[in-house]
Amino acid sequence: MSVENVTQTGQGSSQEHLTSASYQNNPYPVPDSQREPLVLGNPSIHDVTEKIAGIIEGKANAKYWVAVLICASIAGIGFAAIGETVTTGIGVWGSNNTIGWAWDITNFVFWIGIGHAGTLISAILYLFRQKWRTAINRSAEAMTIFAVLCAGIFPVIHTGRPWFAYWLTPYPNQMQLWVNFRSPLVWDVFAVTTYLTVSALFWFIGLVPDLATIRNYVKGKTAKSLYTFFSFGWTGSMRAWHHYEIAYLILAGLSTPLVISVHTIVSMDFATSVLPGWHTTIFPPYFVAGAIFSGFAMVMTLLVIAREILGLKDYITLKHLENMNKIILATGMMVGYAYSMEFFIAWYSGNEYERTVFINRAFGEYWWAYWSMLSCNVLSPQIYWFKKARRNIPLMFVISIFVNIGMWFERFTIISTSLHHDFLPSSWSYYTPTMVEVGIFVGTIGLFLTLFLLFSKYLPVIAISEIKGIMPGSQPVHHHDEEHHH
Amino acid sequence: MSDSKNIAVLGNFKDPNKIMHAANKVRESGYTDFDIYTPYPIHGLDKAMGVKRSILPYISFAGAMFGLSNAVFLMWWTGAVDYKLNIGGKPFFSVQFGIPIMFELTVLLTGLATFVALWALCGLPKWYSDLQDDAGFKSAVDDTFVLSIFATDQRFSLETTTKFMNEIGADDVRLIEA
Repeated sequence: MSVENVTQTGQGSSQEHLTSASYQNNPYPVPDSQREPLVLGNPSIHDVTEKIAGIIEGKANAKYWVAVLICASIAGIGFAAIGETVTTGIGVWGSNNTIGWAWDITNFVFWIGIGHAGTLISAILYLFRQKWRTAINRSAEAMTIFAVLCAGIFPVIHTGRPWFAYWLTPYPNQMQLWVNFRSPLVWDVFAVTTYLTVSALFWFIGLVPDLATIRNYVKGKTAKSLYTFFSFGWTGSMRAWHHYEIAYLILAGLSTPLVISVHTIVSMDFATSVLPGWHTTIFPPYFVAGAIFSGFAMVMTLLVIAREILGLKDYITLKHLENMNKIILATGMMVGYAYSMEFFIAWYSGNEYERTVFINRAFGEYWWAYWSMLSCNVLSPQIYWFKKARRNIPLMFVISIFVNIGMWFERFTIISTSLHHDFLPSSWSYYTPTMVEVGIFVGTIGLFLTLFLLFSKYLPVIAISEIKGIMPGSQPVHHHDEEHHH
Repeated sequence: MSDSKNIAVLGNFKDPNKIMHAANKVRESGYTDFDIYTPYPIHGLDKAMGVKRSILPYISFAGAMFGLSNAVFLMWWTGAVDYKLNIGGKPFFSVQFGIPIMFELTVLLTGLATFVALWALCGLPKWYSDLQDDAGFKSAVDDTFVLSIFATDQRFSLETTTKFMNEIGADDVRLIEA
């Protein structure tokens, strides 16, 4: 990365940084000095505290509260729609006998998928020692938890009687019945609850040292006692850090196969059935790639806005955004490959029903959903082959919205087109959502944004201790020959 | 202040290389009851301090085994012993259909065990510290490395420990009393 390239992209302040003497105390001067810095503006360790804790200590302006109010109202619409569903029955939805899973399960898979980017960033990139993840992992993990919460709403209300949702868990009861462990829907219950629990634990462990920093920074009495309580009395003791780092590594190691298992099991809801269009072995990897793809798009959508509003451009830099765009391009190509492979296998299988379903998917009544999916997911990220596009903020915002839309259509396409023409032509049907279903989905978007807005104001949006640990000069220089003599 | 008790001698550092050097010196001098408070984990500092490797992975592993065995027992006992329900002629119990839930419960219990064990090993939550009113100690979660040698250490003596702290390059060496 040369100085010219940085200045071209409008980050004028970084030029000074690259030519400054800050890299002189870098432990690995040769490779790192040729790399684009992870934090711009050359802040000191204390500046990082000031910046991140300052967001929490500073007073939120009126615009922030208007935004919270709008998002919470949208969430309110969703809860009203859920109320309508629960009190009247799921007959208020557009689902019918032929298309029993429609918007509801589409939205479930959509939100679960969004969550996967957070775990990928926090766990998989951690194991791969990708230092750039430190600027974005906290907010991405928050997104994971909020997205899984939104996702969980759908299967619960789809039961029709959500107050009996606990029947999904195995517990001793007077009917002496147990859940059917042979059913992928039960696997899903275990996968999603495990995912939510482990993600929340991982997130909380990451937060504790930062909450201690905030605890010592904030002035207000209530705020101080709350941050004190949740920081568990963290002192920064190196003896505690020793356990902490091992725990973090174990949880990262756990979350990595976990995130892959969750969407694998979600895909098995479909793949273990005998329905043409669902019954394919490519589903697990295809769903996982799609989940990461959609999740990164959502992280991008929110971070492009957040870094602007919270003034975090020096922390969430163009380098971070570019790296995420590379992942979006790579995973977009993977889902593109899966789409074409599905068609190939449908033809190659020689199975008449498979073939019919796929031709119907692209050219039948739901052609618009299929082609929306294809153009949003496969065509639109292709622009990221160009570096200029990967570093163009308005463009990446638009593409991220396209990908969000495309990935929603992917799930809708898989679910509705496979169901609406079943084996009996007399039961063929068409599905259109009702206002209640639209309301619930829009409501979850409102809920997700409300939670994210509250998070961005009251919790450290950037992992303070992690970002400090990767700053130039923050770690001791290791003299390898000296170490051997100890 | 004859009734006050010595708690620890504290010294501040700003440079990661110096705190590394100091940690080695403290360990080599035979102190065992000491700690260093840092805003972020410093690579290799735990080793320099002579911290023994954490037993946390063993606890996590125990959690994993507990989760796995519970999953197997739960599915086998409910499906093949307590209430045999023939669903589509599928076996009452088999490893193959059990894999997803075995995996999930293993991960869940490992995560919970790791979480509980981490705080237990760190001695947290604990909302009080004898050092909590010291300004330098407070900034240990901001940007300062604070070395603390506790009075409970066998080798502790106010005079020599203070002198030693100054020698290894600590700033603002001070005594904390309670």
